Amino acid sequence: MNEAAGAGSAGPEPIIELRGVRLGFEDRVVLNGIDLAVAERETVCILGGSGAGKSTVLRLILGLIHPNEGEIIVAGRDMSTATFDEVLEMRRGIGMVFQGAALFDSLTVFDNVGFYLFEHTRLPESEIRQRVVEALEVVDLDHDDVMHLLPSELSGGMRKRVGVARALIHEPRLLLYDEPTSGLDPITTRTIDGLIRKLQRELGVTSVVVTHDLESAFRIADRVALLYEGEIVFEGDPEEMRHSDHPYVREFIA
Amino acid sequence: MPENTLGAASVLVARNVAGEPNRVKTPDRTTCMANLDGASSLLGYPAVRLKQLAWHTQEYVRLAGRAAVGMVSRPFYPRDLVVQLDSVGVGSLGIVFLTGLFTGMVLALQSAVEMEQFGATIYIGRLVGASTVRELGPVLTALMVSGRAGSGIAAELGAMKVTEQIDALQTMGVDPVRKLVVPRLLALLIALPVLTVITDLVAIGGGLLIAVVKLDLTADLYMRSVYQTLAQTGYVLRYIPIDFVMGLMKPLFFGAIIALTACHFGMRAGGGTEGVGRAATGSVVVASVLILATDYFLTQILIALLIE
Repeated sequence: MNEAAGAGSAGPEPIIELRGVRLGFEDRVVLNGIDLAVAERETVCILGGSGAGKSTVLRLILGLIHPNEGEIIVAGRDMSTATFDEVLEMRRGIGMVFQGAALFDSLTVFDNVGFYLFEHTRLPESEIRQRVVEALEVVDLDHDDVMHLLPSELSGGMRKRVGVARALIHEPRLLLYDEPTSGLDPITTRTIDGLIRKLQRELGVTSVVVTHDLESAFRIADRVALLYEGEIVFEGDPEEMRHSDHPYVREFIA
Repeated sequence: MPENTLGAASVLVARNVAGEPNRVKTPDRTTCMANLDGASSLLGYPAVRLKQLAWHTQEYVRLAGRAAVGMVSRPFYPRDLVVQLDSVGVGSLGIVFLTGLFTGMVLALQSAVEMEQFGATIYIGRLVGASTVRELGPVLTALMVSGRAGSGIAAELGAMKVTEQIDALQTMGVDPVRKLVVPRLLALLIALPVLTVITDLVAIGGGLLIAVVKLDLTADLYMRSVYQTLAQTGYVLRYIPIDFVMGLMKPLFFGAIIALTACHFGMRAGGGTEGVGRAATGSVVVASVLILATDYFLTQILIALLIE
């Protein structure tokens, strides 16, 4: 799909670049020197076992936490040294799909999906409604059915899809997914995977997907990176991963 | 990272209990330290507790500062303020009414026992009026609101924290302090003085009920004695009784304490649903102690400023 696959440095200027990122909490090391580059319009899956620090990578990219060492360059700016206002500005180009969808409990689906526009634009409500309807159509939800429901009234798969719709309402260049398919049945999982591919194809967004689901990763990724004990032990396209003889990779895909 | 110290501490405890053989096998320095940390948070080992306390204090003060800035600078969230005023203020009316009523009644009843010995039951109004307006009104209202609204805020924000809703806010370029903390702080600053006045009035009414029904005083005698005590302490700016000023200054401080403590605990919640429960409990305990301690020092200061 993309020429940048493989080495990661060959293609166009990367939109995300992690260089020598280290992060530790009081008693343990989470990331021990991570290097990762994601090129424009590419879908990269970060794989790894539970507690390997996968979600932490997304939080670093968003500037929610800062590394102890290293640089995190997003669209040409270093997130770890950016000011609060710069970070807010950066996040406007990023959409994030959280693991449990993280929909606001007290707001309806309409208010959740339209949240960004209500907060940051002065668009009239009719226009926001139009955009919300479009976003819900992209994720294959019937807006008449769900618009006025509260998150507690949705099924797991629907919640995830609403989460995706909320993440793309402001047309970001970059979408981050934290375990988009965890806790879903195989059919819904395939639907969500298809959705991730569709967004990449039709809207041309760059995606970083954190998952522990190997099948999903092979379905959607241009490139995969495998995290193990705070380090990236494998990076390459899915086909290479299948034939890798790295012991942990073999154990992981077995 | 300072985030999540509470959660981290409890994780250490859990790991320590489960990983007992581990310590025996590898007695190197780091594991020993980890075990020491774990044991200490279980036993309340002073050094670690002090460190935690210092960290909490620092974060608390920082939160207060950011909330103060958020109160006077854009963006504002008036709709959230209205929602909070309704839930914190209107929602606390019932509990505040009951608190006031029974406090006033019991005060009248208790003081009657003593005062009857001297034939001084006509002064019951003084006692009820002075003690509720100066002390019991503000303090009991604050404690009750802390138990009801404070714990609710801590649990709500705690749930938002553990389900990543607070992260989601930040991701969408919204400052959680402005969106969540400021409306709750403002709501308590507005609602608590009003609730305190209601407690005061209901308590005086409760005393009146007992005075008339049980002690055969006339309502007129009782109320006159209530007014007297309020007039006696003196006035600020000639017309405002000092007791009123004291009684209305306190809820401002208590309201800030309740809101900030609840938000601090809620936004630091970690460790899933259990963490939410811990946040709610912690916020009520800490807020209550802070309210009682602040009450003493505030009274001291106000007496020095206004009366002496």
